[in-house]
Amino acid sequence: MMRIECPWCGSRSEDEFLCGGQSHIARPDPAAASDDEWAAYLYQRDNPKGPHHERWLHRFGCGQWFNMARDTVSHEILAVYPMTAPKPELLDVPGGEA
Amino acid sequence: MKRTRQRLPHARVDTGKPLTFRFEGETYRGFSGDTLASALLANGVSIVGRSFKLHRPRGVFAAGREDANALVQLEHGAWSEPNARATLVPLYDGLVAEGQNAWPAPGWDLLAALGLLKKVLPAGFYYKTFIWPNWKYWEGLVRRLAGLGRAPTAPDPQYYFKQTVHAEVVIVGAGRSGLEAAVAAAQDPGCRVLLLDEQEEPGGSLLASPDPVDRAWLASTLERIAQCPNVTLVPRCSVNGYYDHDVLAALQRVCSHLGPHAESTAPREIFWRVCAGRVVLATGALERPLVFPHNDRPGIMLAGAVREYTHRYGLTLGERIVFFTNNDSAWHTALELAEHGVRVAAIVDVRPRVAPELLRQATAAGIVDRLGYSVVHTRGRRALRQLVIRRLTEGGHGLQGPRDILDCDLLAMSGGWSPTLHLYSQSGGKLDWRDEDSCFVPGAGSQAVTVVGRANGDFPQPLHTQAYWLTPGVAPDCQWVDFQYDVTAADIQLAARENYVSVEHVKRYTTNGMAIDQGKTSNVNGLGILALATGRSIPEVGTTRFRPPYHPATIGAWAGIELGALYQPFQRLPAHACHVALGAQMADMGGWQRPEYYPQAGESEQQAIAREVLAVRNAVGLLDYSPLGKLEVHGPDAREFLNRVYVNNLATLKPGAARYGLMLNERGIVVDDGVVVCLAEDHFLLHTTSGGASAVHRALEEWLQCEWVALRVLVSNVTTQWATFMLSGPGARAVLAQLPCDIQCSRDDFAHMQFRTGTLCGVPARILRASFTGELSFEISVPAACGESLWEVLMAAGASHSITPFGIEALMVLRTEKGFLHIGSDTDGNTMPQDLGWGDAIGKNPGDFIGRRSLALEAGQDPQRLQFTGLALEDETGTTVSGAHVLSEDGNSSAGYVTSACFSPTLGRTVALGIVAGARARLGETVSVYYEGKTQPARLVAPCQLDPEGARLQADAAAPQPVRQPGTPRSAVPQPATPQPATPQPAASQHIPQVLAARGPLAGDSGIATPGFRLREATGVELLRLQVFHRGEGQVEALASALHTALPGPGIAHPQGARTWLWCAPGDWLVTVPAGTGATELAALRAAAGELLAVAAAVTDSRVMFSLGGARVREVLARGTTLDLHQQYFEHQRCAVTRFASVPVLLLAEGDEMLLFACRSLAAYLSAWFRAVSRDC
Repeated sequence: MMRIECPWCGSRSEDEFLCGGQSHIARPDPAAASDDEWAAYLYQRDNPKGPHHERWLHRFGCGQWFNMARDTVSHEILAVYPMTAPKPELLDVPGGEA
Repeated sequence: MKRTRQRLPHARVDTGKPLTFRFEGETYRGFSGDTLASALLANGVSIVGRSFKLHRPRGVFAAGREDANALVQLEHGAWSEPNARATLVPLYDGLVAEGQNAWPAPGWDLLAALGLLKKVLPAGFYYKTFIWPNWKYWEGLVRRLAGLGRAPTAPDPQYYFKQTVHAEVVIVGAGRSGLEAAVAAAQDPGCRVLLLDEQEEPGGSLLASPDPVDRAWLASTLERIAQCPNVTLVPRCSVNGYYDHDVLAALQRVCSHLGPHAESTAPREIFWRVCAGRVVLATGALERPLVFPHNDRPGIMLAGAVREYTHRYGLTLGERIVFFTNNDSAWHTALELAEHGVRVAAIVDVRPRVAPELLRQATAAGIVDRLGYSVVHTRGRRALRQLVIRRLTEGGHGLQGPRDILDCDLLAMSGGWSPTLHLYSQSGGKLDWRDEDSCFVPGAGSQAVTVVGRANGDFPQPLHTQAYWLTPGVAPDCQWVDFQYDVTAADIQLAARENYVSVEHVKRYTTNGMAIDQGKTSNVNGLGILALATGRSIPEVGTTRFRPPYHPATIGAWAGIELGALYQPFQRLPAHACHVALGAQMADMGGWQRPEYYPQAGESEQQAIAREVLAVRNAVGLLDYSPLGKLEVHGPDAREFLNRVYVNNLATLKPGAARYGLMLNERGIVVDDGVVVCLAEDHFLLHTTSGGASAVHRALEEWLQCEWVALRVLVSNVTTQWATFMLSGPGARAVLAQLPCDIQCSRDDFAHMQFRTGTLCGVPARILRASFTGELSFEISVPAACGESLWEVLMAAGASHSITPFGIEALMVLRTEKGFLHIGSDTDGNTMPQDLGWGDAIGKNPGDFIGRRSLALEAGQDPQRLQFTGLALEDETGTTVSGAHVLSEDGNSSAGYVTSACFSPTLGRTVALGIVAGARARLGETVSVYYEGKTQPARLVAPCQLDPEGARLQADAAAPQPVRQPGTPRSAVPQPATPQPATPQPAASQHIPQVLAARGPLAGDSGIATPGFRLREATGVELLRLQVFHRGEGQVEALASALHTALPGPGIAHPQGARTWLWCAPGDWLVTVPAGTGATELAALRAAAGELLAVAAAVTDSRVMFSLGGARVREVLARGTTLDLHQQYFEHQRCAVTRFASVPVLLLAEGDEMLLFACRSLAAYLSAWFRAVSRDC
């Protein structure tokens, strides 16, 4: 069970959180987006083996969403950063890209 | 009673404390400090059970967790435990056990005849043999012949719970290395050291040592550790799993070792969740058996086990002991035994050469040595009698020379040592093969874990192990690898021949290490045999990844107290007691305990529901509607936000008006519906489906926090703050009119889909005129504390109108008659608004809303989409059920299904709703409804099958619209129901109290007071909530400045005069103020908030406050939360919002007390939870 550092509440157990899936997915302009673009926004997600950027909710705590970079193999948490912040550089991760 | 063997004088058993026990019906004697295994050995019981498949006799073979042979059924009845390892069961007085998988008895098992079939029962025989006719045909027979113990059929008479423990250093194993690690870690006084040991007493392999120096070291180290306040040593606590982020799972045997008759309030076992800063694994090493012909005979044991039985339990297990080994450790054991007067006859070693010093010492002790020899056969039916040995060829690939016979009564074998790396492997650590010791040692790690001592391959003396995986030149099918599961070397070779390459596949095909053994003794030998058979090295073969649990865990411990009523959290309605008093049939609905219906004497469920439905149609009914979701949305951008959230256009919704709205997810799927109320230009009240409030709230917050961050909006969930009742029926207005209320309820003053706030019976009230029944309805909300009182008042006021309480079942009939949608019943995961006839409404919302773009995708345009419709069965006496399929035109496939169906007492026939392909264009068509092999014709009709004009909404006590009574023919025009709706009787209003009584959520619950733990409902304070739009620039600072206080940050409770501020979330505080000052304080907060986007509200009614105390309060709390509650971290005036007993709570440390704030509706659940979990305090 992971221990997650909530940006507000500090270290808590995984069972207080909810994973909202991949983060940094821009919502296309609904009026301008083609069907394919809209479908990609809805359904196409990365499934990396290694670092992954996700959004998480501290559901049983402060109720805040935040971003988290997590290694999907080791479950190591590489970064926790605000919802509106850009993707951080993950320098110490082999092959990790911004 | 039989005579028991004399114990050696240095044994650790207490011969002054004899105990009697029964095994297989015989009474025996043992001593305090014995295990069941040592006591059986002391009494000369050589056969304890039978193997899983072939029923071969099995005796005690090891001394610890690795023994998968001596399995017993411990005790009888509800307490009984199957597959208990005799080596792990400490003896207690009166213990009763029986052998397993034997008939009639382990010593004389007729099923052993199966052994004759060994040749036709190789690995995988299941898959090859039981093909005809199918496995199910054979399963019953196989289960009877092969197996383990029996699970008890009655509920466990004892209980279990779970707890979370935090420590900076967690050490697993209290042997020499673990104790040394604990002493070292204890140097830092701020470091909490947790030392978990699985044995009955700490010491690990030191307990098997006869050396006085070892024993003195153990005693003094334990003494030293006992004096370290920061070290907690827990015996009988097996760590079973190593999970992510250094979280361990452990199982503590609290009183299970005392047997079923122990008088204790303690739980049988406790499930520990251990959160570690770093972990030290001092888990020791397990000795491996050697693989040779007939190595599974009782009387053949691990050499280390012989050592432990001799020195720890003081048993002389043989008069002529022979050792068989491939490493030096057995030589040391043999010499040590000889030193203590135990006769060792010989040492057979597969190695052609050993250290001359060992040879010299052996000769001096009178021990015969046979170097370069292997055992090729063992003899003795019930006990070991003889060994046949033969010389190995140079290189060890064959046998040569004559057979030699050694008489012996015990064979002590050692095939080398495997560091116990199960937990290390679970942590993600890699295992490296070390050739010189023929074992895996820790490789690269991935968590904060270190491995020490023998677990790390640091053996006290060099082993000089020579790999020896099976005996060459003799049949492999009698050389056992997994004793308990009857896996032989031949089985593994067969798997290799059948082209199984992966070790994971071989394991599953042969079942090697699959059951009780879990690879502890069989894993490495199996790998060695597979490597030989496939011409690879062991590192090339690789090993299986170990998975939790390390040792079988009791399912009861995983369940904890989450059983029966506490299986999951339940929420109670404010008027719960009233429903119970009325005899309501309660059911769990969306986490709420709600009345389904209120049966009267002699009434069936259907009769009760029909009576309630007709009462609403003909007179007036009362429904507890409190779970109806209620969210408040504040802010200058609230209207814009809601326009993006709802399909409808809300731009025109005026204050005081209400509109039904539909909510989609981004995929365009309908997820919720409800009435939206405009309270003010910047203030809205959203009603969601019952039980859906949390999910909708979460979705709204996600949009606001992640996408529309600039929108100035605050959302709060006020569902449990209000008790809501639905007064529905032609008499509704007349009943309401009797209550003192400043809201005008006349037809002209209060139209349909309007909302009013005011004062009802002296308390704040909100009334919505909407209708989910098709009748004139008022949905009345008052503060939750007054809910029970309002129910009583409405029942009293309605008495003269024959007011009838009705439950969810009647509500569902009423709304199905009207064709009102129920999200989740009448919609599925594909339903879009156009399927519900909302195509036109979508057009009216000029802007974008969640999911709108998805409606235009190709799938949304398909004319054959499943669309919402009514279904009228052609046979008016027919019935159908939800889930029945509507057939396609060719009758070969499904073209939709019935989503709601019930008997309508109003119409005297079944009414049904469904979603059917292209239904909206097919109105009037006849379709076939299929259910359980029968089809019946039905017409597609408009969903609303009663009063489509909505005339009944205007029905009033003065102009009743009678409907029929049950049992009357449909053609007969029904007469008005009795009693006649009447004008209010003036006398009735005399019973109406002018002011509603406020009641606490735990009225009548006296709390808990045990020596170690106290719980009571806290009173004396009122609660306010202050929210500010924290994403807005400078809003929090401006608010703090206006309030002349520093607003506390995360985790802090900040006193300010009589107020205490508790941080709940960014821009969100709970404020406690003395009772009686709530109104003034609220006004003060509102004044301070001024023009800021901030909302202050009184929330006392929506919360329950528990005051918790007693010496063990933090211990009890640790059974419900994973939060670190140590005084050092959670000190006075710390607070935390956390998950507790599966529900959200706010915890506050207040001196020696702890305060727990939770949703009022959860008060009864939490009270019951605390009662269950504090039984041992």
